[in-house]
Amino acid sequence: MSTAPTPSYVMPAPGSRGPDIAFKWVAMFAAAMIVVLIVMVGWELYYGSRLAIAKFGAGFLWSSEWDPVLERFGALPFIFGTLVSSLIALLIAVPLGVATALFLTELAPLKMRQPIIIAIEMLAAVPSVIFGLWGIFVLIPWLRDSLFVWLKRFLGFLPLFQGPIYGLSMLAAGIIIAIMILPIVTSISREILRSVPNLQREAAYALGATRWEVLKIAVLSYARRGLFGAAVLGLGRALGETMAVTMVIGNRPQISASLFAPGYTLASVVANEFTEATTDLYQSALFEIGLVLFAVAILVNAAAQVMLKSMSGSGPVKVN
Amino acid sequence: MTESPYLPTPQFARWRKAKSSAVTGILVACALAVIAPLFLVIYFLLEKGFSSLDWNFFTQLPKPTGEVGGGMANAIVGSVVLLAMATVFGVPFGIFGGIYLAEYGSDRANNWIRFAADVLNGVPSIVWGMVVYLLLVVPFKGFSAYAGGVALGLMMVPLVMRTTEEVLILVPQSYREAALALGVARWKMIVVIVVRTALKGIATGVIIALARIAGETAPLLFTALGNTFWSHNLKEPISALPLQIFAYGLSPYDDWHRQAWAGALVLMALIIVLNVTVRVLSRDRSKTD
Repeated sequence: MSTAPTPSYVMPAPGSRGPDIAFKWVAMFAAAMIVVLIVMVGWELYYGSRLAIAKFGAGFLWSSEWDPVLERFGALPFIFGTLVSSLIALLIAVPLGVATALFLTELAPLKMRQPIIIAIEMLAAVPSVIFGLWGIFVLIPWLRDSLFVWLKRFLGFLPLFQGPIYGLSMLAAGIIIAIMILPIVTSISREILRSVPNLQREAAYALGATRWEVLKIAVLSYARRGLFGAAVLGLGRALGETMAVTMVIGNRPQISASLFAPGYTLASVVANEFTEATTDLYQSALFEIGLVLFAVAILVNAAAQVMLKSMSGSGPVKVN
Repeated sequence: MTESPYLPTPQFARWRKAKSSAVTGILVACALAVIAPLFLVIYFLLEKGFSSLDWNFFTQLPKPTGEVGGGMANAIVGSVVLLAMATVFGVPFGIFGGIYLAEYGSDRANNWIRFAADVLNGVPSIVWGMVVYLLLVVPFKGFSAYAGGVALGLMMVPLVMRTTEEVLILVPQSYREAALALGVARWKMIVVIVVRTALKGIATGVIIALARIAGETAPLLFTALGNTFWSHNLKEPISALPLQIFAYGLSPYDDWHRQAWAGALVLMALIIVLNVTVRVLSRDRSKTD
């Protein structure tokens, strides 16, 4: 009689599922923390600002008074400063960034592309505080003695370019922010332009279009929406720029038509006054400013992500 | 036979060509304008900072207000301590989050988490400082190195998570199947096979995140606060290079301006070293692929 051969291997004990489940839960916890973090940041800022919210209500957003001594606080000058400086930055950075992206994807010889891309990545790596230092000691003196004087002479009929020139100003802040958001606007625009199918270009060339006409009718019009997304992402970065802006904007809570006048932004008032806020209400008002900044930044960034994703169709455009 | 009224005249063709060349020129000029600030910043960092770098800068504490001399030794050490703490706190969350996205996770949940991470990346850094102030500075009644490290660590989480996910996805599916077919538990397969294979890529991601936060000032203003002495206790305020550059840059003293430039040069050098490391690591990776 022959017996069935006994198997020479042993199945792993079913108990070994334990560590497996624990590992999965740890990973899930870490991933979930990202979502929890957004909610937590919003909640903490709200919690910090509840005194100011109770005292000033919605009027906080359009009152332009900022008087720590009398404890009257309004965010309007800071909202104005943030919007104007970001707008100046976008007006400079978007055309330059898109043009550079066009140059890199459509024109530049292959050998030249990589060095320029590396230079742009290095520009993105320069810390805000170094741009601020450079702004104070290099850029501002030059702006004050050359560019601003020139602007005043030739465009002085516009209210934007009137009034005394201090150097520290809204325009200087806008220019510094523009330099700081150029890398992200350029690199996202480049990704967008690279996703334009070559057939588009070939079709336009086949019709006898010149290089500029190809760019205009086949590339730019096709990529329009994605480039808009790149600009919105740049806006998101511009709104939150803190250190460099704090160092060059002049830090005065006022609303002035002149771009030569000092201003103040949401981020820079927090950076400057938070540690000096001696009373609870003062600190609470600064938290409310942080809450406004956070809410706007989340909205703008979410909008940019949605736009970029709908543009690229397949995989998401890498945003770093 | 009638001639088409739309046939281009030679003048019109010339005009179109001229316009095209003009645009080409404008694009070149724009590209130059974009990279010009980098060279201007580096030029002035070298010109104003290099002459101030001496032995004292790396070994001495800051002198009291207004006195000439001294250095930033404590700020350099402080920056290193803060970066180490941020790594210890932020990287595990980032890596485990990335593992979840790449190895578990349904498509729908993953999309939300990725979206949240990308949005979180855009949160102004000063906001992190305020939140950590409420979470760690107020309850423990004081600014501390811990608070600074956590603020920087939180900023690292979304960055590390996204890069970890990207490199884990590149690990061939057959590796996973081979390990599972041998009866290896799933978590062991992930740690020993998947993470191990992608380790270099993960390290690259961590260094990228470090380079991003090394120059951050805003999240440290109300957490680490800064200190003009040595910090012997992580529960005390600690200095950092960006904080010191900020304080000295805005001060009215020429000698402090000089030191701010020197500090900026050292900080920039550190960041360039981190970036070059990333380039070297990722070049090796693409070669072996």
